[in-house]
Amino acid sequence: MSFMSSFVLTLPEVILSAGAIALMLVAAFAGDKAEGLCRWVAIALLAAAGMASFHHAGEAFDGLYRADDFSLYAKLLIYVAAAISLLLSPKFFSHEDRPRAEYPVLILLATVGMGMMVSAVDLLTLYVGIELNSLSAYVLASFIRKDERAAEAGLKYFVLGALASGILLYGMSLLYGFSGTTHYAGLAKAMADGVNMGELFGLVFVMAGLAFKISAVPFHMWTPDVYEGAPTPVTTFFASAPKVAGMAMLARMTTGALGPAAAQWQQILIFMALASVILGAVGAMGQTNIKRLLAYSSINNVGFALVGLAAGTPDGVSATMTYMAVYVVMTLGSFACVLHMRDANGHYVEDIASLAGLSRNNKALAAGFAILMFSLAGIPPLLGFWPKLLVFFAATKAGLFPLAIIAALGSVVGAYYYLKIIKTMYFDDPAPAYAPAHSYAESGVVAVSAVLLVGGYLLIPVLSAASAAAAGALF
Amino acid sequence: MSGFPILSTMVLLPLIAAVVSVFLNDKSARWLALGTTLVLFVMGVQLWAGYQMDGAQWQFVEKAPIFGAFSWALGIDGIALMLIVLSVFLMPICILASWDAIEKRVPEYMAAFLLMESLMIGVFSAQDLLLFYIFFEAGLIPMYLIIGIWGGADRIYASYKFFLYTLAGSVLMLIAMLWMVNEAGTTDIPTLMNTDFPVEAQHWLWLAFFASFAVKMPMWPVHTWLPDAHVQAPTAGSVILAGVLLKMGGYGFVRFSLPMFPQASADLVWIVFGLSMVAVVYTSLVALVQSDMKKLIAYSSVAHMAFVTIGLFTFNRQGIEGALVVMLAHGLVAAALFLCVGVIYDRLHTREIDRYGGLANNMPYYALFFMLFTMASVGLPGLANFVGEFLALVGAYKANSWVAAVATTGIILGAAYMLYLYRRVAFGESKNADAAAMPDLNAREWLALAPIALATIWMGVYPESFMAPMRKDVGVLLARIEKAAPAGDAHLTAGKPQVKKDAHGGHPAEAAKGAHH
Repeated sequence: MSFMSSFVLTLPEVILSAGAIALMLVAAFAGDKAEGLCRWVAIALLAAAGMASFHHAGEAFDGLYRADDFSLYAKLLIYVAAAISLLLSPKFFSHEDRPRAEYPVLILLATVGMGMMVSAVDLLTLYVGIELNSLSAYVLASFIRKDERAAEAGLKYFVLGALASGILLYGMSLLYGFSGTTHYAGLAKAMADGVNMGELFGLVFVMAGLAFKISAVPFHMWTPDVYEGAPTPVTTFFASAPKVAGMAMLARMTTGALGPAAAQWQQILIFMALASVILGAVGAMGQTNIKRLLAYSSINNVGFALVGLAAGTPDGVSATMTYMAVYVVMTLGSFACVLHMRDANGHYVEDIASLAGLSRNNKALAAGFAILMFSLAGIPPLLGFWPKLLVFFAATKAGLFPLAIIAALGSVVGAYYYLKIIKTMYFDDPAPAYAPAHSYAESGVVAVSAVLLVGGYLLIPVLSAASAAAAGALF
Repeated sequence: MSGFPILSTMVLLPLIAAVVSVFLNDKSARWLALGTTLVLFVMGVQLWAGYQMDGAQWQFVEKAPIFGAFSWALGIDGIALMLIVLSVFLMPICILASWDAIEKRVPEYMAAFLLMESLMIGVFSAQDLLLFYIFFEAGLIPMYLIIGIWGGADRIYASYKFFLYTLAGSVLMLIAMLWMVNEAGTTDIPTLMNTDFPVEAQHWLWLAFFASFAVKMPMWPVHTWLPDAHVQAPTAGSVILAGVLLKMGGYGFVRFSLPMFPQASADLVWIVFGLSMVAVVYTSLVALVQSDMKKLIAYSSVAHMAFVTIGLFTFNRQGIEGALVVMLAHGLVAAALFLCVGVIYDRLHTREIDRYGGLANNMPYYALFFMLFTMASVGLPGLANFVGEFLALVGAYKANSWVAAVATTGIILGAAYMLYLYRRVAFGESKNADAAAMPDLNAREWLALAPIALATIWMGVYPESFMAPMRKDVGVLLARIEKAAPAGDAHLTAGKPQVKKDAHGGHPAEAAKGAHH
């Protein structure tokens, strides 16, 4: 394969990297005045990268990178999530700090990393992608320098993230050492006639490292602290795009490189799925901070998505990808609601109690938030039910009944804390009203996500076909 | 008529009205809700009139595969028809009952009820397994809001309990459904009703469905959400809960558990009988000592529902038809009793039985209606419940005489607690000045109670109108489950009227008389 065709295949990453570097120069020279320009250019770049990812025809750079239906699906989701996180950012930053022109640049760099993660078919490409994403994320977490919580979040994220990267790298080196290759197909070939002890250790370490990136239990501890401390638009970003990327790289890794070792990683995934579902649900119950609660909610959701992956079948992967698509919609909508939570003076508030009686002060916002919460709880007819159904279906089809049953019961436990928010908004006496909404972007995201969740069943044929095509590319 | 998608219209019309209602003011929301529910009632009657009793098993069938993995498939048989008619009959009454009682957030309230109606019709007419589940579960959302926003003092606890209990039951059913879809390769309910699943699997599937329907029904010991929900819900919420939502459990048994898993139903019938027997006696005794009127009626509902479960699992025609009639009759009578409680609650804002007394003096018409429904609930012949309970007991006797014996005590206990309630509320001297000063029924309350009273009498005097549409479907069900039916212990033998000896071939009765002489 010529350099040129490899270059064309990796065009989304090329566009984003080149754009990020150019914008960095703009930011450096023009300063924060150029924030608006940078943001809109970044969104345009994301759109361009999304269009460029439709051209996909195989592997680039001698099998380091692969563009297929699966990467297309994941990348489109990531780009949309990143673009919406950008749209939601300016009002928040102009209130809390000031809009900084570096912000879109960092988002773009993180997005490049995520693109590499979902397209990687080689351990080293994967690692580079993860690190590019993570380093940008560490900076983003503590983006408001004056805020102690943000600084703490960034430090915590960095220390734990570095540890996880170390574990991941160690696992990769074991896999390389015992199989002699870093290429996914080569790894699969090496394991085809049985998994030896060294490869097994490598597998466990790699899975542990990847679990950290998707914040699956037992590697979830950083999530609530980071989500709470990071500025809300950044949390929105963390909760959406990197989760898709993490899940996608896990899917590619397990079905591709570790395919022959399915019996081994299936156990790990089943454990992580159930632990995440249960701990995510139980942990959320006592939370009084909406961002912490949503952090546990994302742990919980990752657990459900892993149920599909644990099935290890094309159906399962397709279910997981559908799950991630709906999850992104629900997460972006929920955080857009959180961004509406501003007291009478316009200060951002995060405690759940301040939502009390919202249904009387702000009918539309309360209705939107309620739809999102019911949907996250997986109550039909809202769209959040559909992917849960699919992952359970995949699990029962694969014969994993205990997994499906326990996860389903876990969803009942999880329903409790979503109901708690609805109860606060609808049943409690009104708290002081919020300041009126001040951003079309925020209100628009809430409205669009609510409409998608109510009427989304009509999109199922499209979504199913796309997810199935994506999953088909892996098998 | 065949071309017009009447079922889809009945599902979608209240949905649209619900959305519109949110944007209206209080007054127009009330009228919109009343108008919509009346239109739906007319459509329900039309459905009943257009239903051909000797026609196909599934009528008014619609199918549109718009969701990919499952389809928008609607259609009804006689059983679903009667339950839909019951739902659309009770809905306008619910709206009337909430006309003045609901003062805050009226548009949202009406929207919740209209949404509820859409989902109820959807549950009874869904012909696709997943579509059924979606309707079945979605009902939780409006009911949760109705209890939680417009309920009584302890409403939040009750709303959580209602939601989480029913959800926990349902998710197990969901997993079972997914297994079935995978095994049978279809989500079409009529096809699944004729699919023979492996016996070993049937047991698990049956238990999973049972978990959901037993909670919904509700059966002892998972009934505890019901008294809480009833007590805290506003009057109309209780009406719809007792009138229709509880019937979803019974409907589920008829539609899913029995025809889809006949062998498991026969093998595990002891669970149903055992729990129902406990329920009949235990909840009746509990009802006897209640001091809260709504709680008393709620417990009586659990007891009446036990008749339904007993009747359904007798595997014979009398039992099943009886159970279905109890479902309809209880839908009317319990709904009416909750309305009766609502009438006096609106005046005095308490449900304590002791705060009333001697209402027959100052509210004679009210006392009359209350008496009628009390008698119906007790099972007085000529009123609705009698027909169903009698048939269910006959069926139970054929299946298991012990069950019949224990269940019959429920009738006696039922008479005890209902008559005791009635005496304390309506008879005797007026104890409290404020209760004695309450005015009698107003026109709106007349409008709500009189139709139910007429229907109750109609069903008691001429139950054929209600049983005829269901007869063929009970026959289909029996044909499906007959081979699995457990042997009864009644050893019934057909009598031997000595007719054949009569050479003249006269009227058999006369011939018998002749033989005696």
